[in-house]
Amino acid sequence: MSAADAPVLQVDHLTMRFGGLIAVNDLSFTAKRRDITAIIGPNGAGKTTVFNCITGFYKPTTGAIQLNHPEGESFLLERLEDHEISSTAKVARTFQNIRLFSGMTVLENLLVAQHRPLSDASLFTVAGILGLSRYRQAEAEAVEFASYWLEKLNLIERADDAAGDLPYGAQRRLEIARAMCTRPVLLCLDEPAAGLNPRESAELNDTLRWIRDQHGLSILLIEHDMGVVMGISDHIVVLDYGKKISDGTPDFVRNDPHVIAAYLGVEEDEVEEVEAEVQL
Amino acid sequence: MAEAVSGAVRAGAADDRIATAIKNAVITGLIAFLLFVVIIGLKTENAQEGILLVPRLGSAVAWAAGAAIGRFLLEVFVWRGGRSTSEPVMSNNAIIVAIGLSFAVGAYLYLVPGARQQIANDVASIFGAEEWQARTRIAVELISFLFLSAFVAILAMGLVYLVRLALRAGGIAGSRATTQNRLVEFGAQFGPALLLIALALPFLVQGDQQRYAVDTAIQILTYVMLGWGLNIVVGLAGLLDLGYVAFYAVGAYTYALIATQFGWSFWICLPLAGAFAALWGVILGFPVLRLRGDYLAIVTLAFGEIIRVVLLNWYSLTNGPNGISRIPRADFFGLGFERNADPSFHGFFGLEFDPIYRIIFMYYLILALALLVNFVTMRLRRLPIGRAWEALREDEIACRSLGINTVTTKLTAFAIGAMFGGFAGAFFATRQGFISPESFTFHESALVLAIVVLGGLGSQLGIVIAAAALIGSGEFFRDLEEYRMLIFGASMVAIMIWRPRGLVSTRSPTVVLKERKAISGSLVKEGHG
Repeated sequence: MSAADAPVLQVDHLTMRFGGLIAVNDLSFTAKRRDITAIIGPNGAGKTTVFNCITGFYKPTTGAIQLNHPEGESFLLERLEDHEISSTAKVARTFQNIRLFSGMTVLENLLVAQHRPLSDASLFTVAGILGLSRYRQAEAEAVEFASYWLEKLNLIERADDAAGDLPYGAQRRLEIARAMCTRPVLLCLDEPAAGLNPRESAELNDTLRWIRDQHGLSILLIEHDMGVVMGISDHIVVLDYGKKISDGTPDFVRNDPHVIAAYLGVEEDEVEEVEAEVQL
Repeated sequence: MAEAVSGAVRAGAADDRIATAIKNAVITGLIAFLLFVVIIGLKTENAQEGILLVPRLGSAVAWAAGAAIGRFLLEVFVWRGGRSTSEPVMSNNAIIVAIGLSFAVGAYLYLVPGARQQIANDVASIFGAEEWQARTRIAVELISFLFLSAFVAILAMGLVYLVRLALRAGGIAGSRATTQNRLVEFGAQFGPALLLIALALPFLVQGDQQRYAVDTAIQILTYVMLGWGLNIVVGLAGLLDLGYVAFYAVGAYTYALIATQFGWSFWICLPLAGAFAALWGVILGFPVLRLRGDYLAIVTLAFGEIIRVVLLNWYSLTNGPNGISRIPRADFFGLGFERNADPSFHGFFGLEFDPIYRIIFMYYLILALALLVNFVTMRLRRLPIGRAWEALREDEIACRSLGINTVTTKLTAFAIGAMFGGFAGAFFATRQGFISPESFTFHESALVLAIVVLGGLGSQLGIVIAAAALIGSGEFFRDLEEYRMLIFGASMVAIMIWRPRGLVSTRSPTVVLKERKAISGSLVKEGHG
């Protein structure tokens, strides 16, 4: 199996405990390269905890999270510092409750995302303070790259406005653009469709598909909006009470009795009864 | 209630407006009376058998009535039944008239010698009582001083504006050449004009006032520099630091000790003082990396006190409370400013000896240092590190998700802020010639922080204005003794009511794609620590 075919993300026996609470219990799954993998589950199932483990905001209690770059390099994410997960392992994420730099302009948000390459070009700010052309050129390139994503996500008109001034849907898009400006290998989206209207959701689907196809990106997403999940996912992992209860294609998951039981909140053997009641 | 009242008034007729105005005036009068009845209505008098309370109800009633009438007049004639904050206070024409008028009055006061004293005497002679004459004189002095400042500022702004226009050959062309745009452009010359005034200041004031004026300006500039240094930590990185004076002290003591013990020149010690202060900035930074908000503030406060207490008690090194005296003065490329220096400044340039040369040199020295700090800060803001500081202030978690190392980012903010504080400290030591721990109390930290907050977090120009207003007014009202602090406090309360985000509350973006737009202060976060 060549490096390019290896799964982009392998999660092995991941467990996360908070005191006595087991938020994620022995979870294993893989995400294939150039796939959109969705993690779904009822509220409190541990989806965001999994995300926080992958992106370094939590250190997992046990388990391994391996990220494979297409060039063959591998990283064990649980051993990296949180900022290294973005800068070295190239995992980018967005947040369930939008976290933009609201007092900075849209363009500045995207330049902050390119901090590492710019910082290197400024030779730890020495070249920058002296105003050397080396840094100015790097900044021009960074602005260029940012403009590309602004163009693609339809934000270019608002580039010089404060991020906090944008409407909600645009803020969601900006968060994706900002994550893309870190040039990630894996993009993790925490409920990207939350709060969007149906038209914006449909646009989001197109954007995500386009990013995957054009940039060869692998996407991991948490989502409650089943229209988005079923519409674009190549692969779905279902969690309930921190455990994986199903794993497969959208069609498989949709018809899995475990999943239906979890979402309806009943025991498995009662599912048919309940379904009959609600005429499913 | 005020909103509800004003809303009703807007809908209602004129009678209605008068009625509500009267009602509000009565309420204001009652509240004012309750306040004044203790403050003014009772007077303590020293009598032989102890302190006597003398009731002065009449005065209290008079003051309360004054407040009520003021409120009534404001509601009827000024607010006109609705206090809108979004609308501009003055129309364009009114602004032009105001500029012209203050320019004319200022020019009269500046050009006609003795006009200030004359007016002060004339106005004061209206009052019979000696006490009131003195008070009136101070008020007139203040007002004429404001007019004079306005005259100088407008003159400098006009000069800069004309030079700009001449260089560009013509103003704003076509449809954009409205009065509004011209005024905005004129206003934008305030920063450069301030620089022009700063450069020319020692020559603007002549005679016996010169020494005092330049000394005050040096003091203001020292605080401007401290404010700019603290601005990096508090304004850009959003880390609330209540112990900033510690770095000022480290810089001052570094220079004082090296210069007195080893006899090194100021110019070698200055970078050393900065480097040492930066080192202490990092040392403070490490333990507080994980703290936020109130907790950070408390620890930095303690750090400032620790430094002061160490300076006070490490007798063998710092000479304790007696301080370090006879600190060598800075020289001008090897030329000293003392009467018997060799080679001396006045000897080299063939001038008569005059102590004012040293003061003017000190002034230009601190101005150059402050401008250097400003230049570096402005550059840093446009660099990845500066953007990372601001991003840290906006959202630390998002920073981490974007690959920014928050540890080094915070430490550089502390280090660079501390370095500028250290420079200011070294300057302070060489200017005073004597330092002791008493100069580095918490009061200094609070004052610098007040300058930064009043000026507007992150704004360079705002800090200059705030420093000039706070330090300058403190000097100006020196005669009023403790009433000084009353004015200080009142002006702070006033600014926080009308400009809660500081004098300059908008943020200017560091990079622009098409058009530069100021960012409203309400969107900019203060940081969580």
